[in-house]
Amino acid sequence: MYRNLKEMLKLANEKQVPLSDIILNNEMKITSLTEEQVFEKLEKRYQVMENSVDKALEQALPTVGSLIEGISNTQNNYAKSDHTACGSFINKVMARALSGSEVNASMGRVCAAPTAGACGILPAVLVSISERENLTRRKTLESLLTASGIGAIIMKNATVAGAEGGCQSECGVAASMAAAAAVEMMGGTTEAALNSVAFSLMNCMGLICDPIAGLVQVPCAQRNASQAVNALLSADLALAGMTSLIPPDEVIEAMYKVGKLLPSQLKETSMGGIAATKTGKEIQKRIFDGGI
Amino acid sequence: MDISVFEVVGPLMIGPSSSHTAGAARLARAAAVIVDAPIKRVSFGLHGSFAKTYKGHGTDIALVAGVLGIKEDDERLKCAFAIAKERNLFFDFYEVELEDVHENSVLMTFILEDNSVREIIGSSIGGGQILIKRIDGFDTDLSLNSSTLVIRQEDKVGVINEISKVLAQYWINIGVMTVKRNERGAQACCIIETDSFIPKEVVEGLKRIEYVISVQAINAT
Repeated sequence: MYRNLKEMLKLANEKQVPLSDIILNNEMKITSLTEEQVFEKLEKRYQVMENSVDKALEQALPTVGSLIEGISNTQNNYAKSDHTACGSFINKVMARALSGSEVNASMGRVCAAPTAGACGILPAVLVSISERENLTRRKTLESLLTASGIGAIIMKNATVAGAEGGCQSECGVAASMAAAAAVEMMGGTTEAALNSVAFSLMNCMGLICDPIAGLVQVPCAQRNASQAVNALLSADLALAGMTSLIPPDEVIEAMYKVGKLLPSQLKETSMGGIAATKTGKEIQKRIFDGGI
Repeated sequence: MDISVFEVVGPLMIGPSSSHTAGAARLARAAAVIVDAPIKRVSFGLHGSFAKTYKGHGTDIALVAGVLGIKEDDERLKCAFAIAKERNLFFDFYEVELEDVHENSVLMTFILEDNSVREIIGSSIGGGQILIKRIDGFDTDLSLNSSTLVIRQEDKVGVINEISKVLAQYWINIGVMTVKRNERGAQACCIIETDSFIPKEVVEGLKRIEYVISVQAINAT
């Protein structure tokens, strides 16, 4: 039915329906599930998402190495204050994204979206906007569907593995999925949703994967926070009417090619970036008694 | 678009990494199903990113969990080493350089109770998705997202015909069918991806075909 964002948009415009409708029909066709069954499955996943971005807000969770223990709670407390640089809402979004990361690192249950390393981003955006805009569950799940449908195209035409494309492929893609969902939840057009995909990927083009001590903690948690914000700002750029000079499918392709050009030291091997700093290596040594 | 949204938002899993934890567990679990025999020992040859970061991501724990049949969203995954000890499953890890494979790949060597050896190479390609790339010398490309049959047979005329008859008898529709010969012997490997759940009776029916050596069904969950 569609192989890229351009074809998806064309179908949506031809049929005069939102993206989530096109994606739903495709899903029903390829899985033979009914509409009800698709939404049941989405609901189950969304529940795990909700729990994961909530669990660490009020309590620190034990993790190997304890590099990010309690950071979600710290940010959440700060978000409650009147005096922040970005405002309460953004800080709450970040606290939620951090919670996803903390739950994941503590070997808790999460929903990969598209991967576990990025599992805080989409849920933080969905939960926060849904809460603020007072959206129905159905509307939120439809936006989850839109996000996933776009993720599927990127999975097919590029990559969602940090080891293949760097953090841009995991957190960047999560941000692009969340951006499109945010546009939809804010009542934006399909074109705006796709432009937000282009902006979010542009904003993190070349982002490397450099996990300290090989753990999924630092800088992963911080990137969950920043990429959740990337999603929101990209949504706002698009909602304001900004259009991407480069078509979103081409931006996806660029991301993929950039990823292939990144040396393996910068793709989830802990041999570059902050993982390879003096302190990064000391942390690795401390945790693993002599390294991996 | 043939990728389901549930491959993108999903799997539900135990962290920390969908490629290095969940994908690894899924890979090892699939390999053990394909091996389909009691396992004494398994050696894991880790390639690429798997080799560099396996301890931090619990890849080693996840691989052992998979061989034990523990699912990737099961909280017992964390305890795989202890469970392996209880069940007398021995295992070891080493680094290896494999050719033409994804960055997250593993060569699994299974030593069975009867001392025979099976070898499977698989990759964890992101988001919990896996690819079985090699089964005992046969190159494959299995995602196991749809129910799959792995059949080993002697390379004789008419076997495929008998296989399709059995499948037709049970109303199993063939999605993709690949048949390959092993250059080194007179064996062939037939892999069938189907639209439906493969019940035990189908596997039994296929096993009864003359010249069929082994049959495994890996049903998509």
